[in-house]
Amino acid sequence: MAGKAMAPRLELKDISKRFPGVIANDQVSFQVPAGAIHALLGENGAGKSTLVKIIYGVQQADEGEIVFDGEPVHIGSPKEARALGIGMVFQHFSLFEAMTVLENIALGMDNPPPRRELEARVREVLKSYGLSLDPHRYVHTLSVGERQRIEIVRALLQEPKLLIMDEPTSVLTPQEVEQLFETLRRLASEGCSILYISHKLHEIKALCESATILRGGKVVGSCDPREESARSMAEMMIGGSLKDLSGKENCTYGEDRFVVSNLSAPGEPPFGTSLKDVSFSVRSGEIFGIAGVAGNGQNELLAVLSGEEQNDVSGSIILDGQELAGTSAGARRKAGLASAPEERNGHAAVPAMNLTENAILSARGRMGLASGGIIKSGASRDYAARVIDAFSVKATGPGAAAGSLSGGNLQKFIMGREIMQNPTVLVVSQPTWGVDAGAASFIRQAMIDIVDKGASIVVVSQDLDELLELCDRLAVINEGTLSEAMDVKGISIERVGMLMGGIHGGGEGAAATGKQEGVAA
Amino acid sequence: MSLDLLVAILMTVAGAATPLLIAGLGELVVEKSGVLNLGVEGMMLIGAVTGFAVGTTTGLPVLGAVVAMFAAALAAAIFAVLTLTLMANQVATGLALTIFGTGVSALIGAPFVGITTNTLGPIFPDALTSSPLLRLVFGHSPLVYIGLALTFGVAWFLNRSRAGLILRAVGESDSAAHAIGYPVLKVRYLAVLFGGAMAGLAGSYYSLVLTPMWAERLTAGRGWIAIALVVFASWKPGRMLLGAYLFGLVITMELQAKAAGFNMFAPEFLASLPYIATIAVLAIISAAKRGGTNAPACLGKPFRAAT
Repeated sequence: MAGKAMAPRLELKDISKRFPGVIANDQVSFQVPAGAIHALLGENGAGKSTLVKIIYGVQQADEGEIVFDGEPVHIGSPKEARALGIGMVFQHFSLFEAMTVLENIALGMDNPPPRRELEARVREVLKSYGLSLDPHRYVHTLSVGERQRIEIVRALLQEPKLLIMDEPTSVLTPQEVEQLFETLRRLASEGCSILYISHKLHEIKALCESATILRGGKVVGSCDPREESARSMAEMMIGGSLKDLSGKENCTYGEDRFVVSNLSAPGEPPFGTSLKDVSFSVRSGEIFGIAGVAGNGQNELLAVLSGEEQNDVSGSIILDGQELAGTSAGARRKAGLASAPEERNGHAAVPAMNLTENAILSARGRMGLASGGIIKSGASRDYAARVIDAFSVKATGPGAAAGSLSGGNLQKFIMGREIMQNPTVLVVSQPTWGVDAGAASFIRQAMIDIVDKGASIVVVSQDLDELLELCDRLAVINEGTLSEAMDVKGISIERVGMLMGGIHGGGEGAAATGKQEGVAA
Repeated sequence: MSLDLLVAILMTVAGAATPLLIAGLGELVVEKSGVLNLGVEGMMLIGAVTGFAVGTTTGLPVLGAVVAMFAAALAAAIFAVLTLTLMANQVATGLALTIFGTGVSALIGAPFVGITTNTLGPIFPDALTSSPLLRLVFGHSPLVYIGLALTFGVAWFLNRSRAGLILRAVGESDSAAHAIGYPVLKVRYLAVLFGGAMAGLAGSYYSLVLTPMWAERLTAGRGWIAIALVVFASWKPGRMLLGAYLFGLVITMELQAKAAGFNMFAPEFLASLPYIATIAVLAIISAAKRGGTNAPACLGKPFRAAT
């Protein structure tokens, strides 16, 4: 093969990076040949993001060597990385909301041509890769998929030799994912190497031809994803065998317990999405899922349901026959409506306060942790300790600061704090976002267990796989409008994807807007 | 009303508006980079006193104005080190800078109280200012023209130049700008220094053109109006021009009312008009936009680069 004589596009030799208290990367070595699509696999905290930041020059390795096209290189800044021909699309886009697409692209280039020329080149790249995007739109008006396209165009304009994609599909609809893969395959066929970071295994099976697996900062294996199963790769990632969720025992549903009708509310300033006439109902013993791409009104919906947002809200929220609209968040908790928002640090929990104090914040009414304005410190500490125990939270005890816990452990604590109050309805957003596989399956199991006992759950998530695994029924939220509910059994993924992308009224192709043009092609 | 009087009033408006415009444009650039410097009043006082001191001792008011810019930029540099490098709270540090500027300017200015100086007066030859209309065009201090030119300069810089694009990017999302590879702190340092220099120039306008003398607290709170004007202008230079001249008009009305012996209200009430107008304007703008202003997303937030 011709490739044999050629040096690999990228070779890492014994890269190590330490942070106070953690070794993020420990002697990591692997190589990516020219034109290959190589996956970097690992759980959250395995060191993937640190490693790519080192390759892109955002951070510097403490030890080790990077060899690019056969030459040892020192990459001191993203600018130097771009000069070598390394492009990167970030997990959290480095975009500027209040600026136009063109301005954002210009900012990502080192020596951008004058704006007319740049616009012409952008249009050329968009055309040749079949991507649709208006260069003069403001970023805050764009969908997440379109935002990602800005990053991709920005990278493509530099004619990269190596393109790094960090968790690119976590916020895309299934159709957008397919379109992204087309673009990546085409790039690879033109000789550009792609380093693809993800924990979504079936996507890696579909796209990549080789993979390096990281665990705890170390390389623990490599494989050809096309010859592995998703399960075998997952077990390599977590370094143990995967436990199956035990399904729900009783599949009989009770009466409608939580009925939300005609809920409308304004969006969060400055660029929020307003809720438009949202209606759904959840029966007891049922998990109801709300799917959708981030920023389509999920945060607003959660705030309205929990009682956090009261301004200009119209519609009704009925729990066991009791009207909750207009009541405060505290009153709703007392009535049995528990909730956990998406952001763990600073919204669901106060990072600087300890676990006992965080428990008091949401459980004081229902668990009687305070009376007459005085906190019962003994009872509160006991409750926090019980949550820590029952949900196997790794913490030094109830006195540990919430901010000192890892993401997964804090999420377990928050879910435990809500679940152990025995809510009749639990509303939760992104219950397993950024949580390692073990904690995620623990949390899912705990949710299944309480609906088994007759509670109802509303779960908002961007992770469609999670919703399909957990829910009995689901609906899709798009631009503040909720679709009709669908039974998860026998659901059409394609239809869900279309709803996520904003196409209502069944699969007729004629309704496709500019955003979806590429899907049909 | 005679043409002469109208021209005189319009020229007073321009005179009252110019320092607000210059200091406001400086603060606008600072805030666009994501830094909130509430020390404008203090920096203006430092500019006013150093400008006056140098102007009187050398007899060269132009040199005074230049030194005023450097002195105020030096004060801004202290603010920058404290808030950007040492990450002190920007609001508290800005307030401290104003208190510091008030005290230091009184100290430096003590020997200069009661002296007058050469002013930085009209630059065009008398022949050009013979008729009232010509006077309206050519009869101003050079700083009035500098203020107008600066408006267009800042607008061009922010919207058309690459450096301006980077500055806005830093103010919109410091972490994203850092991830792409822009020097966030360096950009903010330069913006803060520019804001300081403009505040100093605006301050020297009071002591070298408008009054021309030195007295403690000469700028009388106009620095705060300049900061409020940035919000009024929605961080847009064109609207800053409009806002500054509108406030120039309010200030002139106050002076005219006093001069005309209009005594229906106490003089203290008239003197407080510009400040009442400031509060009213800010309240109306916040209410009209329901909290969603055009403010840079990272305004006032400290930035620490991940290493």
